[in-house]
Amino acid sequence: MLLINIVGIVLIALIVWWFWLYKPKEAELGENDLIITVENGTYSPARIKVPAGKAIDIKFMRKDPTPCSETLLIPELSISETLPLNKLKSITLPALQAGEYAFHCQMQMYRGQIMVGN
Amino acid sequence: MSSNTTSGDASCHSNDATTSPHYLHTHDHHHHDAKTANLQELIIEGAGCASCVGKIESALNAVPGVEKAEMNFAMRTVSVAGTAPADALVNAVEKAGYNAKIATAEHEDDALAEKEQADWAYYKRLMRDMTIALSVGVPLMIYGIVGGAMTVNTTGERLAWLAVGLLTFAVMVIAGKHFYIGAWQSFKNHSANMDTLIALGTGTAWLYSMVVVAAPQLVPEMARHVYFEATAMIIGLIDLGLALELKARGRTSEAIKRLIGLQAKTARVIRDDKELDVAIEQVLMDDIVRVRPGEKIPVDGEVIDGHTAIDESMLTGEPMPVEKAEGDAVAAGTINKTGSIRFKATRVGKDTALAQIINMVKRAQNSKPPIGRLADVISAYFVPVIMIIAITSALAWLNFGPDPALAFAIVSATTVLIIACPCALGLATPMSVMVGVGKAAEAGVLIRNGEALQTASKISAMILDKTGTITLGAPKVTDILIASEEDESTVLKLAASLESGSEHPLALAIVETARERGIESSKVANFSAIAGHGVQADVDGKTLLFGNEKLMRERNIDLGEFVEKAQNLAIEAKTPMYFAVNNRLSAIIAVADPIKDDSIAAIKRLQQNGIRVVMLTGDNRATAKAVAAKAGISEFFAEVLPEDKSKKVQELQMEGEVVGMTGDGINDAPALAIANVGFAIGTGTDVAIESADITLMRGSLHGLADAIAVSKATLRNIKQNLFGAFVYNAAGVPFAAGVLYPFFGVLLSPVVAGAAMAFSSLTVVTNANRLRLFKAQEH
Repeated sequence: MLLINIVGIVLIALIVWWFWLYKPKEAELGENDLIITVENGTYSPARIKVPAGKAIDIKFMRKDPTPCSETLLIPELSISETLPLNKLKSITLPALQAGEYAFHCQMQMYRGQIMVGN
Repeated sequence: MSSNTTSGDASCHSNDATTSPHYLHTHDHHHHDAKTANLQELIIEGAGCASCVGKIESALNAVPGVEKAEMNFAMRTVSVAGTAPADALVNAVEKAGYNAKIATAEHEDDALAEKEQADWAYYKRLMRDMTIALSVGVPLMIYGIVGGAMTVNTTGERLAWLAVGLLTFAVMVIAGKHFYIGAWQSFKNHSANMDTLIALGTGTAWLYSMVVVAAPQLVPEMARHVYFEATAMIIGLIDLGLALELKARGRTSEAIKRLIGLQAKTARVIRDDKELDVAIEQVLMDDIVRVRPGEKIPVDGEVIDGHTAIDESMLTGEPMPVEKAEGDAVAAGTINKTGSIRFKATRVGKDTALAQIINMVKRAQNSKPPIGRLADVISAYFVPVIMIIAITSALAWLNFGPDPALAFAIVSATTVLIIACPCALGLATPMSVMVGVGKAAEAGVLIRNGEALQTASKISAMILDKTGTITLGAPKVTDILIASEEDESTVLKLAASLESGSEHPLALAIVETARERGIESSKVANFSAIAGHGVQADVDGKTLLFGNEKLMRERNIDLGEFVEKAQNLAIEAKTPMYFAVNNRLSAIIAVADPIKDDSIAAIKRLQQNGIRVVMLTGDNRATAKAVAAKAGISEFFAEVLPEDKSKKVQELQMEGEVVGMTGDGINDAPALAIANVGFAIGTGTDVAIESADITLMRGSLHGLADAIAVSKATLRNIKQNLFGAFVYNAAGVPFAAGVLYPFFGVLLSPVVAGAAMAFSSLTVVTNANRLRLFKAQEH
């Protein structure tokens, strides 16, 4: 019984670490702009790094037919765009100050971060 | 060849808006008949060399009805002028050894149709998955309900359940694959979503059941229960929920669909004396466009000849058609009713008022009011929290639960995972906002964002600017009191002639009245303006004088009893002006800015809804008092300078009011900005769409009451949704974990949780759709 309890607590600790504490790698925005694929409930890459103070185009390719994935929201920038299925959609980010900007779908089930750095 | 050129409505499509206008110019043939030619564009495949150009062009030129075919090699497109049918063109190119297809422009409604098609395909897939899953799950569940043993004790039972387990696995692979892939993908990304919960829940139930089947000795005898039916049922029910949600969602965007549907696809432009039907995106600024009765206005413009009545209701909510003649503005998307007009395009493409409105409504529909933010924060952390709760619940059952503790632990963990999907919570706000903003747009009320929508529902005081808001903003002649032998039309004729050179708004009112009555003005000589007093001139050999009492006194003109009459007019908020002919008083002409027809009723509506209505004006106190009394407003501020309007807003805010400010947008801008909600009255196309929180497309103040009513209804709807979602999620979790067990000895079945979860989003979307039935109070 003790063993099971320990396993349970370790599992909880793992969940906390995996979903909250661990910071996944960022994809650097290349010279040719980056494509974020929306598929199977995720954005990939989900964390992207872009330079500050420069307007940037990010392209989205939605392959996921669930209705939720259709809307892309970047609340801090008041961006809300409909992503067509299986087609590239370019979204222009204004020149941004350094910081983190979250993007997600309507239900917030698909989530990503734009890291703006110098 | 031109004899073939009959008029037709076939359109020229292009998928390349940047180059096609140039095509059009190169294709204009200088026929001077004004018949309609068509331009079609083909996309050519397989044309690899420049020499193909000649071959394709000559093949097309040989087709009857083709006036001229010209290929753009770089773009691999051919523009064909003439009346030849599209399939004949495609055939000709194919005969020449290439592939061709007709280019179609990317219209917004095409995109919509494509989306609907994709949604339909996904819907069918979900329904198929649902059928597969439920055809396994339902018989199993019925077997359990009628008392069939769901336990594994004998070898026969083991074999039978092994078969069922494998069948269930097939269901998971065929009908539930997307959940498992999605869960894995998002896990790799360090995120958790709805798929995570479903995959974990159904996976746990299946794995446990398989352990019972494969190695029953590992499990206490009492806990040798299988849950295959739960796995299959949950997958089936959630697929069903998703499918129904997809359907219901389609309806929430109806308003946008309707707006997009207003856009015309083609326009008839006149270039080089020739009428051409072109795709809407090929209309250029300053193009001359012809519109016949019954046709849609394709782009914004200014009428250059003809007159007609135009139905602008789709844009403004104003039911009456509006008369248009030379010099008037027309807006894209409105319908030409009676006459044929030609107009010059002033705004095209994305700049038309309609395109801007569509854009704005779309943006507003996806923005969130502050009330939704808490739900957002909850949603973001929800899934991992639920996973932790599920583990904790399982541990609690194992440690403290009655026998069979293991089975209880598995059931409660599975049920917690399944019931807790926060999707309904995430949908609660956006779905209602989408419908509410769309509903408002249909009534000619443009709400800029979710925040404005929420604040508008709380407005307690509404400040109305007088001129142009309560009143028409255009003075009109209200009274003509004759003091001499001249009759009214002579007076008007002389006065209008005299004033025709003046730019003063009061003068314009007189000139306009004369024009309306068909009175022509005469020639004016020796015109002079007397600053602060009036004007003087000679017309038809008479010396005319027009101005205030001071002017008359200075010229020693006897006013007699008319001084008193003039004062009475002033009390009624009219501006009286004296008119003298050859130094004798001829008439008093009174001009006033009349109150709009429905202002009084609309103000009453606001007051009945408990809103304190305050009038604000730069006019003198007497006029302000008279207008306020007429409009039914007891509170007003007169002689307010434009820069002080915002101070009045602040004063009311200091009193604790949530202040709405309504103005016509230009001199009221600071006050609009400082108010809790700024309402701009936009008249038709000249609307400053971006300037206010809420824009009323029609002049009527009923729009204010409508806007507040819609925002209240939407907020109420959001609250219902949030409550519903909360019941499903937060309140459902403890039940799933088993809080009822110590009291009633019951534990929620995972199947019930699956059904609850499947229908939670559906409930929210359906409730949001109820808003579509909302009607602002009749007026």
